[in-house]
Amino acid sequence: MKNKVAYMGVFLALALILSYVESLIPFYFGIPGVKLGLANLIVVIMLYAVGAKEAFAISMLRILLSGFLFGNLFSILYSFAGGILSFLVMWLVKRTGKFHVMSVSICGGITHNIGQILIASVIVETYSIFYYIPVLLIAGLITGMLIGVIAGEVSGRLRPEWFH
Amino acid sequence: MKRRPGKRDLLLIIGLLLVCAVSAAAVYFLQSKNGAYAVVTVDGSEYGRYDLSKEQTIAIRKDGIVTNTLQIIDGHADMTDANCPDKLCVHQKAISKSAESIICLPNKVVVTIEGGVEGNFDSMAR
Repeated sequence: MKNKVAYMGVFLALALILSYVESLIPFYFGIPGVKLGLANLIVVIMLYAVGAKEAFAISMLRILLSGFLFGNLFSILYSFAGGILSFLVMWLVKRTGKFHVMSVSICGGITHNIGQILIASVIVETYSIFYYIPVLLIAGLITGMLIGVIAGEVSGRLRPEWFH
Repeated sequence: MKRRPGKRDLLLIIGLLLVCAVSAAAVYFLQSKNGAYAVVTVDGSEYGRYDLSKEQTIAIRKDGIVTNTLQIIDGHADMTDANCPDKLCVHQKAISKSAESIICLPNKVVVTIEGGVEGNFDSMAR
């Protein structure tokens, strides 16, 4: 139990560092809202190597803390929408046991963007935002694939019993 | 855990790519007409409607403070300034086709291009 608390702290720190690294990279693909989603790497790895409960907890804490550190209230709101929706979808897709990590991560990347668009359309009260959907779908697919490949490699080398 | 991506994964990715292609085509067709007006909405209600054929600079005010600056040149509407820290709307390209938009999330400012009455009916019929 003591071990587990320490490991959760390490994972949270790692996720926060990845958020920070991401905020440093001047990633700009010409479309607002397209990000690499490095912090999602930790969530996918934890989903496979530790457990769903722990992955969800770290994901939510990461969003809250990185929002206060590097973002603002709005970015927290958008991140929560994307984070919760993408976690639910990844968890369900993984639970079917029929898909590879890469597919799970791709579904996560895409639904993360869809979640953000949905909350944005509610906050800004406009439907024109839905015109970004194709771009964000493709972006989610590509970033999800990259994250999925890395997460697959890493989580295959970790053992769940280390963290419990 | 599965070691390699299988047939199901391939099908899933192909399916998702198809969805991307279909939605991209739909948006492309909706945005293929030149628009006539730049419609600015703030907090979901219309703020003003500006002729794209007239060169002008519009200061968008909210509670007396200029939050965004919109410039219309050559039939293109471009956000040239914003008071938010990330300035994503300023980085966005100028827009001119109907249904294209520039959105400033922190200030809830939306600039959408609309055609004349005819343009609107065309896009609905598609």
